[in-house]
This record gives sequence, C-alpha cells and structure tokens, in this order.
Amino acid sequence: MLTEEEIKEIRNEINQYPYPAVACIDALKIVQQHRGWVSDESIKDIALLLNVSNEEIDGVATFYSRIYRKPVGRNVILLCDSVSCMIMGYESLYGYISGKLGISFGETTSDGRFTLLPISCLGDCDNAPAMMINNDHFNRLTIEKIDELLAIYK
Amino acid sequence: MERPLTQYIKPGSLAFNLDDYKKTGGYEGLRKALKNMTPGEVTGNVKASNLLGRGGAGFPTGVKWSLIPMDGDKSKPKYLVCNADEMEPGTFKDRYLLEGNPHQLIEGMIIAAYAIQAEKAYIFLRWAYKKADAILRKAIDEAYKAGYLGKNILGSGFDLDLYIHSSAGRYICGEETALLNSLEGKRAVPRTKPPFPAISGLFGRPTVVNNVETLSWISHIVENGADWFKGLSLTGTGGTKLFGISGKVKNPGTWELPLGITVRELLEEHAGGMASGHKFRGALPGGASTDFLIEEHLDVKMDFSTVAAAGSRLGTGTMIILDDKTCPVAFVHNVEKFFALESCGWCTPCREGLPWVEKMLSSIEAGTGKMEYLNLLSFNAKYFGPGNTFCAHAPGAAEPLQSGLKYFYDDFVRHIAEKKCPWR
Repeated sequence: MLTEEEIKEIRNEINQYPYPAVACIDALKIVQQHRGWVSDESIKDIALLLNVSNEEIDGVATFYSRIYRKPVGRNVILLCDSVSCMIMGYESLYGYISGKLGISFGETTSDGRFTLLPISCLGDCDNAPAMMINNDHFNRLTIEKIDELLAIYK
Repeated sequence: MERPLTQYIKPGSLAFNLDDYKKTGGYEGLRKALKNMTPGEVTGNVKASNLLGRGGAGFPTGVKWSLIPMDGDKSKPKYLVCNADEMEPGTFKDRYLLEGNPHQLIEGMIIAAYAIQAEKAYIFLRWAYKKADAILRKAIDEAYKAGYLGKNILGSGFDLDLYIHSSAGRYICGEETALLNSLEGKRAVPRTKPPFPAISGLFGRPTVVNNVETLSWISHIVENGADWFKGLSLTGTGGTKLFGISGKVKNPGTWELPLGITVRELLEEHAGGMASGHKFRGALPGGASTDFLIEEHLDVKMDFSTVAAAGSRLGTGTMIILDDKTCPVAFVHNVEKFFALESCGWCTPCREGLPWVEKMLSSIEAGTGKMEYLNLLSFNAKYFGPGNTFCAHAPGAAEPLQSGLKYFYDDFVRHIAEKKCPWR
C-alpha cells in the first residue's frame, strides 16, 4: 500500500502531464525516496494509480540505473568507474573501499550501512577520481579522504 | 580574447543570481528579441550565425529551429527541451555552465522558445547533478517572479512555462529521441527517424532539443549579431567552445577558447603539459565516443570540420588524454564496457555486439586473449558503424575501438603474445 503522502506527491506530478502514465518515473522516484527501493508490491500500487500494467511499470523501473529494485543500505556509495577516473586510479580506491567494508560492487554491508555501486562518468573528470555518497558529490579522492567520508555516513 | 559564456563564472564562488546577471546586461537579449524581432527574425539570426550544436553532433541550430511548423494554432502545443543529461565519459562542460550561470541558459531558452513559439520548455537534467538542480530551481523561481517566465512575458503577449525533469540514470537519455521517450515516462529507447522531433517530438508535437552550451549562446547572438559570433573563432565555424582536458596532465580543467585552437595549444598552454613522468600517447578529443588522435595530430585545429578531416570528431570538445603509464587496452576496454552497459538493448549490433567486444577486450587485458580476437574486434567495429544500428550509440562505441586498434595495434598484440598486460 502506498502511503497518503506518496499518493499525494504522485498525483501532484500527474497533474503536470497530459496523461497519468507520463508520471511513471516520477512515481518510482517518489516511492524510492520514501522507502529506499521499489518492491514488487510498490510496482503494482503504482500501476494501479497510473492505470497501466505492472509489466509496463517494471519495464521502466528496471531500465533506469537509479531506480533500485532490491533493498539498498542506508547509504549508497556510487564510485565512478569511467575512463578518466580509471586513469586517475579509481581501481585502487575500489580495492580499498571493498576491503574496508568487505563488499564488492552490487553488495550491501551486513549491518545495512553501505551499498557499493559503480556509476558512469560524474562529469567531474578534471577533479578525478570522483564519487557520490547518497546525494553528495566528492572529488580528488584519496584513501585518507575516503576514510574521513565513510566515517561521516552512519 | 572574448569569453562570452564564461566571463562571469568564478569556480568555487556562488552561481550568478538574477541581480548579478542583470548587472552584466542579462535579459537584454530577451528584451530585444521580444520587443524588436519576430520569431522568424530570431531564427534567421541564429541561422546566419552558423551556431553548430554543442552537444556533440554539431548540427546547425538555426536549421533545426527552421524545421518547426509555424502555422499558428494548428501547430500548438510545441515544446523546447534543453538536453542537460551530460554523461559522455570525459565530459564536464555543461555542469560548469549550469552551476556557474543558470540565467544565461534560462534566457537563451526563453528566446529559443519564442523563436519556435513553444509554450512549454523542459530542462532534462542528469540525476547526478544535484548542485545544478538546486541552482536551476532557484534561478527559475527568480525568473518567474521577475516576469521573464509565465504569462505575457515583458508585456509581449508571449507565454512560457519552464520545468526541470531530473532523470533516473542511463547515458542513452542523451540521444534526443530517447530523451523524449524518457520525458514521457517510458524506457529511454530511441525512436525511428523520420519523423524528426521537429514534426513529431514530445507527446507527438513539434519539439526542438538543444544542448546546454548551445542554448547558452542564444542571448549573446541576439544581442551582438551573427557577424560578431562568426568573428569569435579562428576558423570559419563561428564562436568559442568550452574545451576540457582530463587525465595525466599538470592542470586538468575546462576553458572557453576560440574554435580552431590546436590540440597542442590546449594541452601545453592550458593544461600545462603532461604530468611529470608521463608521456603523451593519444587522446579522445571530444569524449568517449570519438576516435583517438595521436602525436601526429597535435597541430590539428579543434573545430568541427578540421577534427573530422583528421579522422575523429570534435564531439563535446572535452579531451581524455592517454599517457604512457596507462594501458591502451585497459583504456579501450573501460570505454567499451561503458558502452556495453549503457546500450538500451533495442537493436542487435549494439545489444549483442558490444558485450561480445567487451568480453574479448577483457580477456586480452587479462592475458587470455587470442590473436583471432583482433579481427573479430575490427569486424564488430565495422558493423557498429552508421546505417547498421538504430541510433548513434554503437557508432560512437566503434570510434575509440577502431582507432585504438589502428594506433595501438602492437600493444594489443603484446598482451596476447606475452599472455599478460605489460602495464600491470
């Protein structure tokens, strides 16, 4: 069941568009904002609200890399693995984070604190290597800086 | 040297707000367009300037606008979309403009919308650009309050609403018809062309899609004229361009410079040369989807036609440098892995060919590649080419692959013969 708040926010988006199905990506993002990820049940609920099939909503949800169809940790680390960051050494940072947290790309720590994911070019190549944690952007990363940052996100 | 787009941007300080922007002549171009020019005159002006699209393809902006039907009520509604989905690996120029001078883009969009008589405009913004998102929302709010957006703008009778659509990831959203599908809440799969978006775009209505840097030019061109714009470049193309360099150079960054400066000037004078202990081996001149240039191309002038004549593309104008301490096979593998992951999966050469290429490159890099892979890689690169695929994604992927094989062939062979990566 979607909450009243979620339904209200989704209806606000629907009102901007010529027909309800256009709000599909917005609706997925709203649900994810509230719950951290999008479950099968939420897919069905969104489908009902937008009057399209479950499969249609799931097709959209699984297409976009920033919609999570599996639970993620409280904090999501998005480490840029594109070419400029590769030249500037993201691989050793990946090795360090992975060793420190005991997880590989795509995994979540057992305490649910961090999920580690790769992300394509963050558009900060002159300050590579770069990453995001949740909505926050960081660059010119070093192992020391990563230690400081990981300590901030509980 | 004039730097019209970036002269007021100071990295590290706050974005220009409305008052700052107005003090530097901001919204005067809009005033001039709305009071003294017909929509057709604005389009004519942009056409005369020969402003080529700054998103990578270099299509003439005025020509794109002139394809929009202008037959009054029959062609309503119409849409203008700003492509701010910057995600080409190695590209970081639109972020600079969005975060530094949002009103320059907004003013350009209002004038562009007036030229094509669109009543709704969208900024399709990359999900990861959170800072730009907040800056744009504040600037749009200021523009509404000052009467530059909304009903009856500056008493002209022209109405425009401007919205931000923040994306949900995927590089393919930068392809203009995929972007339109994404704006409609669908999977971002490219559409068949024709019909082109000018005839049937967003919600099946006439639509123009332009890049951030392209739209940021419009108020300057309206204010200063086509001849002024043409005079800014060193070659005949017209205008300055945001160039950038990343990789092992002394001073990576982005700079606004005249079109037509050489690769060498960019590298030596602006990026400060190679980082100590590193030698130049090559560069992708305009993002991941462009062919390598090598040492013999250092004096190539960076404009659309000259880079094309050297066998590559100007693309986004942001260069990724390959140095001698970085393995060229690993470099090409990284780029092809990106393209394989970001393929939308719609057409066969892209969906099946790119992962095949990625696997072969991965095994060559790991020392388990076979000599026959080299022919298979060339075979795939050829079939990714224009005309064989639905959109420009796979042709883009072919560029670093085919030129990487051409210029660094010996390095590929060494990996296979020595059964290891010589750089690891």
